[in-house]
Amino acid sequence: MSYELIFDVKRGDFETAGEASRKIKHTLQQLGISNKIIRKVSIAGYEGEMNLAIHSSGGKIILEVGEKELILTIEDVGPGIQDLNLAMTEGWSTAGDEVRQMGFGAGMGLPNMKNNADDFEITSKIGEGTKIVMKFLV
Amino acid sequence: MKVSELLENKEFKCLNPQVGIEGVIKSGYVGDLLSWVMANAGNECAWVTIQTHVNIIAVATLLEMTCVIIPEGAEVEESTLERAIIEDIPILITGLNAYEVCKILGNAGV
Repeated sequence: MSYELIFDVKRGDFETAGEASRKIKHTLQQLGISNKIIRKVSIAGYEGEMNLAIHSSGGKIILEVGEKELILTIEDVGPGIQDLNLAMTEGWSTAGDEVRQMGFGAGMGLPNMKNNADDFEITSKIGEGTKIVMKFLV
Repeated sequence: MKVSELLENKEFKCLNPQVGIEGVIKSGYVGDLLSWVMANAGNECAWVTIQTHVNIIAVATLLEMTCVIIPEGAEVEESTLERAIIEDIPILITGLNAYEVCKILGNAGV
């Protein structure tokens, strides 16, 4: 890997949520990555960032830039997802009313990430956390 | 259609005219579910939404939207305006509803 960026995201931090995705986008622009790929990474990154703010007990976003691919990892420290198949279903969400009123919790976050990444892997363990690794070919 | 041309219509007011208003509106999008907007809105669009919190600027920036239009007189939060100025995203408010906004955009050739 020729380049790596790491961002911390706290639970409930909606005021600054989106900051990591913006910085990732800016970095990719400076590296001369195509707009089409930047859009995909931006959408996936933003969804991951919002998931950390809404659902997790806090976590990290890691961007690794290689010659042939970008790897975006979204990793948290809990609480973990009970049923991954359900969580991947469009429209299904455990978000509370407050965040739904803000326009989050549409149940589109994980599907949006999967749809935009060339490769998408999610693992989760209750009480331990969730890890999503997305690869984007450049 | 440029944002400045839309602002010639007195139904619209820009809350942060210090940002550039010469951006071209190439399409429009209406939606309040942020993930849905992220998945489907195009870039260089005018996004009509009733959401007014700071995260709309993150969405607008990431998708490279031309402007955000807040319909029906909804009040925009100060933190949203501050972020919009930093990110150079014009925020327009109007008393019109989303459909009426779209009609104006459509009639203008957007």
